[in-house]
Amino acid sequence: MSLHEATTPAFRANARAALDNANLQAALRGSRGNFITKRAKGREDLPEFDALRDRARDIKDHVLAHLDLHLEAYEAQVIASGGHVHWAETAEEARAIVLDLCRKAGAKAVNKGKTMISEECGINDFLSANGIAPVETDLGEYIIQLRGEVPSHIIAPAVHVTVPEIEAAFRKAHAHLDPDRDLSDLAALQAEARGVLRAKYFQAEVGITGANMLIAETGHSVIVTNEGNGDLTQSLPRMHIVMASLEKIVPTLEDAATILRILGRSATGQEMSVYTTFSRGPRRPGDPDGPEEYHVVLLDNGRSNMLATPFQDMLRCIRCGACMNHCPVYQAVGGHAYGWVYPGPMGAVLTPSLIGVEQGGQLPNASSFCGRCEEVCPVRIPLPGMMRSWREREFEKRLTPAAMRRGLGLWAFAARRPRLYRIAARLGAGLLSRLGGKSGRIASLPFARGWTGERDLPAPQGGTFMDRWKAARR
Amino acid sequence: MSGPRVALFVTCLVDMFRPSVGFATVKLLEDAGCRVEVPPVQTCCGQPAWNAGDRENAKAIARQVIAAFEGYVHVVVPSGSCAATIARDFERMFAADDPWAGRARALGARTHEITAFLTDVLGVTEVGQEAPVSVTYHDSCSGLRSLGIREQPRRLLASVAGLELREMAENDVCCGFGGTFCVKYPEISNVMAGDKTRHVAATGADLVLAGDLGCLMNLAGKASREGRAFRARHVVEVLAGDLATPPIGEAG
Repeated sequence: MSLHEATTPAFRANARAALDNANLQAALRGSRGNFITKRAKGREDLPEFDALRDRARDIKDHVLAHLDLHLEAYEAQVIASGGHVHWAETAEEARAIVLDLCRKAGAKAVNKGKTMISEECGINDFLSANGIAPVETDLGEYIIQLRGEVPSHIIAPAVHVTVPEIEAAFRKAHAHLDPDRDLSDLAALQAEARGVLRAKYFQAEVGITGANMLIAETGHSVIVTNEGNGDLTQSLPRMHIVMASLEKIVPTLEDAATILRILGRSATGQEMSVYTTFSRGPRRPGDPDGPEEYHVVLLDNGRSNMLATPFQDMLRCIRCGACMNHCPVYQAVGGHAYGWVYPGPMGAVLTPSLIGVEQGGQLPNASSFCGRCEEVCPVRIPLPGMMRSWREREFEKRLTPAAMRRGLGLWAFAARRPRLYRIAARLGAGLLSRLGGKSGRIASLPFARGWTGERDLPAPQGGTFMDRWKAARR
Repeated sequence: MSGPRVALFVTCLVDMFRPSVGFATVKLLEDAGCRVEVPPVQTCCGQPAWNAGDRENAKAIARQVIAAFEGYVHVVVPSGSCAATIARDFERMFAADDPWAGRARALGARTHEITAFLTDVLGVTEVGQEAPVSVTYHDSCSGLRSLGIREQPRRLLASVAGLELREMAENDVCCGFGGTFCVKYPEISNVMAGDKTRHVAATGADLVLAGDLGCLMNLAGKASREGRAFRARHVVEVLAGDLATPPIGEAG
């Protein structure tokens, strides 16, 4: 799947293909309970967890209300520490800035820590096309890079891949591998990836990382990782480029600490991720290591248009992945079906915001509104409510499928006329009840194949409640 | 009877598919001392329009429900989903300065799902029934997450003599019904329903119960297609002692 071709309008077909993909289904079922159990434990072990969620929500709301001030304060701090800030209004601008910096650094290879903003900008394809080799250093990202894929999850990019598939990808890409070497478990695969990546850490001229947060009062960028790859990516090459979007700003170090306390727990159940790394500016005189140049590319790409709209709350998102871990739709079809960078419930809200509702409108519809995402969101984003807001926009723009509009219109016409509705309900109950006959269920209905394709329709008992009540009580 | 005057909002699905759930609800309310009335102006709560993004029709139906029900002390609904639409969503449909928003809020505060009404408002602890069955309970999403209904049906079920409750895995996960979701995305809905029937079957319970007919029709329909041994009933049927009516998806 190439990054720039959003396949969001084909969600339905993508989902069907995903359901038929045995490897994907095995991978999804293998991971499914883990995240949920671990988050539940993480929450249980911290009595103030829910109070921290409220504080985190308030911090982000404050930031979004004063985004300009905090961004300017952040920029001033980065400059004061010897770094540079580049403002990118679009993904195209961000790509051009990154390429320009890489050329300036004379880069032939660029190491990358995990960054969804670089996915959003399609940095890998763009650098490759310009003769610069991107190397993903996060194990999951490395696996999908070998497989020519994009992430299917925002914190577990290769969650859709099974161990035998990883082994196959490694055997194909790592020419040095002894065919007799056992690579049948994850630990062996990790060791193999580590061996290959170690050498590459010393070859790249540029390291690109994302940022989980940007701290306005100090100019720090913060990354959380479990593999330590981010640290090597950003401190060994001559140039460190941070790619981050505007809403990653938090005012103070203390605010960052508050958010860190819920981030790891919500994502993987960890109190803290294994590495939490703060970086600011290039190497100072006397520093034992660090880059010679430090650049931050700050991406808007449609986010500022979300301010002061029903979708502003989405910018509170701290990218923990809890919503997709708990989403039964995501768990059924996996992340690639969503067809763009961000899958699951957060993607269902964010994608139409960033690429337009004409392109991304399927996603907010592909939800049963079960509400589990909102229940677990660490910053209390009302995800189903915002998906509903997208559905309203679609309805207003007449993007809702015509059959759906017609059906809904007919039904609403009757529902607004109780006497007419009574007659229709009486006829419907009678007809369906007769169709059910002695079995009490209907196995096939020509106009309701969506229902009867894979399940029976329980037939009505016959006679409506309203009629029976009237007869019984008067 | 001297108890509170209660209006029953029977819901479109119960009205058309399973009137016996309405009568079981009335029985539970009357046993608890309520005077039950059924306002004739009722069709649907409007949730299909609201969730499809058709706000104008959703508001029109909401105004109809508010006007018909606001004269009653309590409104009781045998569905967590429809109760949540009236209790939580009606107010959100209107602009804050629209007078209907205030009327929606007032009605919402007096609207209850049946098991929550019995336990939380009336303080019912015993239903005085006997049923030698094993059951498992599916927590329907809206009731669980919008209205916080979890313990209420279980407390009432615990008072049924001879009844054994066996909790299933993932009992708080969506069954795949989701209103129009189940026909808009039938393949995904089907996978979710299949997970659910598997979990129900693994308990070995005779019956799966829930508080929402939509979820129950989905589960019963999936289970009968799969040839599962368990049957499905609305929780009020067991609480009101109506096991004579054939289970959902079976004829007498």
